[in-house]
Amino acid sequence: MDFWGVIFDLCQGFSVTLKLFALTLVFAIPLGFILAFLSMVKFKPISFLTKVFIWIIRGTPLLLQCLLVTFIPSMVFGIPNKDFQSMLGIRTMADLQFTFVLFAFVINYACYFAVIIEGGIKNVSIGQHEAGKVLGMTKGQIFRHVILMQVVRKITAPMSNEIITLVKDTALARALSVIEIIAIAFEKVNKYAVLSPLLYTSLFYLAFSGILTILFHYIEKKLSYYSV
Amino acid sequence: MNMLEVQNLTKSFGSHQVLKGVSFSLKQGEVLVIIGSSGSGKTTLLRCLNFLEQADGGSICVGDEEIFNAAGKMNLSDHAMRDRRLHFGLVFQSFNLFPQHTVLKNVTLAPTLYQTTQLKKAKAGRNAIKEAKAGIEAQGRQLLDMVGLSEKVDEYPCRLSGGQQQRVAIARALALNPDILCFDEPTSALDPELTGEVLRVIRSLKDQGRTMVVVTHEMEFARGVADHVIYMADGVIEEEGTPDEVFGNPKSEKTKAFLAAGYNR
Ligand SMILES: Nc1ncnc2c1ncn2[C@@H]1O[C@H](COP(=O)(O)OP(=O)(O)OP(=O)(O)O)[C@@H](O)[C@H]1O
Ligand SMILES: [Mg+2]
Repeated sequence: MDFWGVIFDLCQGFSVTLKLFALTLVFAIPLGFILAFLSMVKFKPISFLTKVFIWIIRGTPLLLQCLLVTFIPSMVFGIPNKDFQSMLGIRTMADLQFTFVLFAFVINYACYFAVIIEGGIKNVSIGQHEAGKVLGMTKGQIFRHVILMQVVRKITAPMSNEIITLVKDTALARALSVIEIIAIAFEKVNKYAVLSPLLYTSLFYLAFSGILTILFHYIEKKLSYYSV
Repeated sequence: MNMLEVQNLTKSFGSHQVLKGVSFSLKQGEVLVIIGSSGSGKTTLLRCLNFLEQADGGSICVGDEEIFNAAGKMNLSDHAMRDRRLHFGLVFQSFNLFPQHTVLKNVTLAPTLYQTTQLKKAKAGRNAIKEAKAGIEAQGRQLLDMVGLSEKVDEYPCRLSGGQQQRVAIARALALNPDILCFDEPTSALDPELTGEVLRVIRSLKDQGRTMVVVTHEMEFARGVADHVIYMADGVIEEEGTPDEVFGNPKSEKTKAFLAAGYNR
């Protein structure tokens, strides 16, 4: 077995894992905020529908959602995936599969984030809003300058749990034949008939979630310069 | 001319009428003290003045401007609403300082945001905004100095005692220079030994000529600081007059009973 060759290939696989991880966060966090706001809107039909949507997404497996997403273009819009691919200007079928997976991940994680964010926002005392109002701040200013950082602090711990789960959930992408690190590891296992590539793979995951854990500890510490 | 004129204010929560027609007026530089038992509607009255609640009936005038009239349509823009609300300041029982900001930032945040929006609207340059910010900061330090906290400008609220926090809250409310400053039981959340420092600040504001409405259970302080006293019971003004009239020679049986109980607490 060519050790460095295997490590190199695993690195390439892990870069796909990281790409899925990072892009999911980039889209799911803002979307999580939007869903959290929508589920708190005073207009009942909107908040109700948002809550039902979140309930459905959180109540069904991510794997199932990944598989279902691939049928959306053809079943809902009547567009075969081939045409859908050229419509979006996506070059290869593999990229299309990645896009599907990313879409499912973003929706799924946004719903988990939304629940955490909503909890965080509701947890800030009404007195904070009122103090801002009485001082003549607009709703937007109150949110940006008074509420947001208190919410961020309240949600850091539960969000970091979800984000570390996300690292491991990326392995599900394999179900839609996205070639991420585990897919490559299995290819090597089959090729060389040794188990070590799986061991190396787990080291990749461990190192990465270790880095994230340290990072979140640091952020939490940074944010705890005051007590509520 | 009256600085504040409140006419026939009513407010219900569901079927429970909390304010049943409250009217009073206040001249510039006067201090109105409102006393009354729990649930009589004192907080609700202050909240209506500060637009934290919208009254169901009645009107509120500040100077010659009618800032609220339940009969008229109140479809004000966010901006107009804000300008009206800024006639009043409110100091809460529970301080409600912003925990993530320093003491100084607590005081300067709102005026900075306000002025910056105004200046940006007037297409002022960056330098004008910078200057305004510097002015607000200087004023913030001055206010904090006045309430005796010049040492604490860079602390976070959680590191201050309750009395110090409440003094920051007073400075914060003053930073927007409201016409009328309202206090809702500013010392009720404090340990007894800390109430003095807050009451002294309020008294010094009276000496500076601030117009104030103070809800309090501190009867001795009330008697000393008030120009006018209102005793509220069950959503109405049961009795009002000068401190000597209300405290020294109450006419209503309810007032007598309340004062007798209050002094013994
Ligand atoms: N948002 C609300 N919804 C329903 N009822 C309310 C609300 N706010 C106040 N009330 C009721 O209105 C009544 C008057 O309350 P308010 O807080 O004005 O009294 P208070 O005179 O300030 O009493 P305290 O001395 O205890 O502070 C109480 O019976 C209270 O339960
Ligand atoms: Mg009250």
